[in-house]
Amino acid sequence: MNWGLVGSYVPFFVAAAQVTLYISFGGIVLALLVGLLCAVVRLWKVPVLEQLVGAYIEISRNTPSLVQLFFLYFGLPKLGILLSQEACAIICLGFLGGSYMAEAFRAALEAVPAVQHESAQVLGLTRAQAMRHVILPIAMKQATPSVVANVVFLVKESSVVSGIALADLMYVAKDIIGNNYDTLEALFLLVVFYAIILIPVCLLGTYVERRFTNGR
Amino acid sequence: MNATENHAANANERPVLELRNITKRFGSNTVLDGVDIAVNTGEVVVLLGPSGCGKSTLLRCVVGLEDLDGGEVLLDGEVISGAARSQEARTRMGMVFQSYDLFPNLSVLDNITLAPTLVRGTPKAEAEQRAVKLLERVGLADKANDLPSTLSGGQQQRVAICRALAMDPEILLLDEVTAALDPEMVHEVLQVVLELADDGLTMLIVTHEMSFARAIADRVILLDSGNIAEEGDASFFEQPKTERARQFLSTFEFHRAGR
Repeated sequence: MNWGLVGSYVPFFVAAAQVTLYISFGGIVLALLVGLLCAVVRLWKVPVLEQLVGAYIEISRNTPSLVQLFFLYFGLPKLGILLSQEACAIICLGFLGGSYMAEAFRAALEAVPAVQHESAQVLGLTRAQAMRHVILPIAMKQATPSVVANVVFLVKESSVVSGIALADLMYVAKDIIGNNYDTLEALFLLVVFYAIILIPVCLLGTYVERRFTNGR
Repeated sequence: MNATENHAANANERPVLELRNITKRFGSNTVLDGVDIAVNTGEVVVLLGPSGCGKSTLLRCVVGLEDLDGGEVLLDGEVISGAARSQEARTRMGMVFQSYDLFPNLSVLDNITLAPTLVRGTPKAEAEQRAVKLLERVGLADKANDLPSTLSGGQQQRVAICRALAMDPEILLLDEVTAALDPEMVHEVLQVVLELADDGLTMLIVTHEMSFARAIADRVILLDSGNIAEEGDASFFEQPKTERARQFLSTFEFHRAGR
């Protein structure tokens, strides 16, 4: 391996890492919102919406993310909907991650003992108040490990956006390989940069989980 | 006014809580088969009965955690069951459950102030002041900022009682509040309940603690297979009128042959 080359490519990867982070962050926030909404709809068994959410989750989990991305970027314009690369990438990750987050939240919400719902109800809290002040905070602790796993999954999955020519880490690595044949150096940097992003995420997840478990 | 005067003064009033012909089925199993109970102001009614006789289900029906298959629940003479069920009526009744039901994510103080601030719109400071007073009454003022998980089972149940009282309920329902406790903690919780009775609080209590029932009950109701088997005052324990009641009470006594 040529370390001189590795050093010279670092600035490209730093720039690309920002794209990866930006897309991932947007996608994760969207996925959390979609997931939370879907999980509550399923928990409350809201008619019609519940079926829609069920269909969404199946489609989201059972189609490849690259196909979802191509549909957004190449398919929607045929229907007259033109979105930027960034918007497509973020919506794609949100669409993909939403179903995984929904399942994580749903499992945690269902694990909250019935007596918590009932106590809140007997005290006169509305369902929404109980959800906001009691049920969700309890469920969040339970959901943390799966949510962190999903976050890591989505950051890794963000590499598909290179498929629509967004200059993320994967794109830059492929670019260097294609142009200069510096395969080993490019792949080495690719692994290092993903690890630099993801290892802190995992550590943060463990920390948050422990904080929850020990109380406040 | 002491408790006895309180009862006498209210003897002719209409009941706080009235259950008329309460019927509840789970599938083909009839759990409550037309139960009538009235609880007057300041009165403490104890519900006894073997496991599975429908005691807990009855309380759950009263607060609306179960839908009725027949009959109605009246609070202050006003129907609150079925279509008339309202959030507002619910806040006028307090209930404490068998299992630890404090919200684990909230401090002791926040557990108590949550409903008054959210449901009644009581200012936070005022709700906290009241909560501290309630905690002082059950001897737990120093635990206000602790999380429920750091408290013993008996302490948790005392806080749960405070939480229910913070809404100023017209009647307090207790569903086997000591069933999940170690024996040495049972006493501290029941002592609190006894003091509430002395203060004239109206209560409907489900319990398996016979000596406690005997001490606190103004009236005893024995429920058996969804029906009232016997109803009477505290003399129920010494002179039960029905064979079913004698049988039930005998299950709490132990005799060894030859002694």
